[in-house]
Amino acid sequence: MEFFELSVLVATIASGIRLSTPYLLAGLGETIGQRSGVLNLGVDGVMMLSAWFAYWTVLEHNNIWLGMLVGLLVGLVMGLIYAFITVTLGAAQGISGIGIFLFGLGFSDLMFQTKVGTPRPLRSTLGEIDIPLLADIPKVGEALFQHHILTYAAFAFVPAVAWFLHKTTLGLNIRAVGENPQAADSLGISVVRTRYLAILIGNTFAGLAGAALVLRGGIFQPNLTQGLGFIAVALVYFGAWRPTGVMAGAILYGLVQASVLKLKILQVIPRSASDIASMAPAIITIVALVIIAGRVKAPAALTKPFSRH
Amino acid sequence: MKTLLKLLTALLTLSLFAAACGSDGGDTAAPSGDALSMAIVAPSASDDLAFTQSMVDAIAALDRDVDLQVTDGTFVVEEAAAAVRGYAEAGVSVIVVHGTQFGGSLAEIAPDFPNTSFLWGTATDTQGLANVFAYYPAADEGGYVNGVMAAALSAAKSIGVVGPVEAGDAVAYIDGFAAGAEAGGAEVSIVYTGSFGDVALAQETAEGHLANGADVMTGSAQMVAGAVTVAAQNGVAWFGTQANQTDFGPSVVVASQVYHWEVVLEEMLALYDAGTLGGTAYEITLENGGLEIEFNDGFDLSDDIRTLGEETIAGIIDGSISTGQ
Repeated sequence: MEFFELSVLVATIASGIRLSTPYLLAGLGETIGQRSGVLNLGVDGVMMLSAWFAYWTVLEHNNIWLGMLVGLLVGLVMGLIYAFITVTLGAAQGISGIGIFLFGLGFSDLMFQTKVGTPRPLRSTLGEIDIPLLADIPKVGEALFQHHILTYAAFAFVPAVAWFLHKTTLGLNIRAVGENPQAADSLGISVVRTRYLAILIGNTFAGLAGAALVLRGGIFQPNLTQGLGFIAVALVYFGAWRPTGVMAGAILYGLVQASVLKLKILQVIPRSASDIASMAPAIITIVALVIIAGRVKAPAALTKPFSRH
Repeated sequence: MKTLLKLLTALLTLSLFAAACGSDGGDTAAPSGDALSMAIVAPSASDDLAFTQSMVDAIAALDRDVDLQVTDGTFVVEEAAAAVRGYAEAGVSVIVVHGTQFGGSLAEIAPDFPNTSFLWGTATDTQGLANVFAYYPAADEGGYVNGVMAAALSAAKSIGVVGPVEAGDAVAYIDGFAAGAEAGGAEVSIVYTGSFGDVALAQETAEGHLANGADVMTGSAQMVAGAVTVAAQNGVAWFGTQANQTDFGPSVVVASQVYHWEVVLEEMLALYDAGTLGGTAYEITLENGGLEIEFNDGFDLSDDIRTLGEETIAGIIDGSISTGQ
């Protein structure tokens, strides 16, 4: 097989779409939070916690949907905690996020070691769903329309989040408090309430991203995310705080990962270059960030706590 | 009021942080009683069915009383170094520094504690330190045996390997496996993901191997849990290493190369008892029993292939078969 054979390209695209799913979900949530002016570096920790609780739920009850719901709820709870720390108490967002990350990393590991120990595969995982008619399109169907439900949901959320941010009152308020919270406050918009809601929604997405990792893979291990949440934060910058931009970044990252894997499998990338090739997704992301630096404008009030006084 | 809230939140955060940082062991309690005080510092979980568990199981199998403390999950070298130094300061007699990457730190720590014996692996030399023993597995031997059996089992003669970082015993195992499989007429596709712990990447790699036509797979390191899950979901046979991986996939794991470090631990501790704290490197092999191929009785393996595996083991032991490594 050659890399540029159609069947190989199709499989690579399908793999890239799968790999991009958790990045896209987490990135969309982080976009909403950052548009309100709140940076959350704890996304990775939230994902680990939601992944653990989703895993444990399915392990105990063999119910995928319950596991997904639990993952969402964990994201919601962590969002509440983070909002309290950063919005109510006005703590520095960067270090608060790191604290959430460390908590998620340690607590999920502690719970895993206490409750499970040796990794056990789940009896049920998210299976592929073929979209009727579309999945039958030669090659295109295999690449784009034979994925699990959270992949479809992630891409469906892109226009939904864009519409939410630009066509709804809450979305407008989120953008307003992210640009100029004082002005928004003077217009009667509750900055605290708006940021709380943005963070809750954003962390719910992070919870879903963590659940996606474990419910598709069917296994949990400590530090399951391997820094995926931090990549998602970078993708928000890459995407210029736009859902479509984040999607483009997630797809790029996933496709590069998938391509590198496929080239290794086909032995096009020799073993001597394997480690360098593994860095490709991160390098490309850094290059892209450098290129767009200065060309995009972050929300003006990003990382700035709000105070009326 | 806001100040009080901040104080309460800080206290709550600290307590949560303390709870979250809790894991097995890590307490450097002073040794007690007549049992030999030992400690393990390892990069992954004690029950990972791979690298770290192989050492924990080995110490449990020792024919002596051991007062054991464990600090696992310390992949960050500085953390591991702090744990090693902490155990030495607490008076632990023998400290197992279970990770090649900790060698640099050990070179700094060991001279500070001349009366403590350090067991370091996987490593082939003691860095010239008088109180350091080294240990390593001839992982290529079990890899070769697994590879021969995998080739016999593979109808498509196409085998996929999911490797972590190209270093240490993972390389030895995979190279030995590839040699055995190729001797059996199979094509082997080896992918190093570049990570010891990225389960999702291991899963995707395994899926890629299957898409490429592989009908038997193997892999190394703690991230293989993801790859074995894919194998189990697709009914594809899997060969394991470092520990018995049957629990990951009871229906698909054929056999595992299991490390029995206790074979060389007993020799090192005998020297320790006699007053020698280090200076020798030890290897576990099929011949000395440090390596063992454990078959999964739950997998329907034909007698022919099992006999082929056992004959290969015998050939490696008597020298008639070379793994080429």
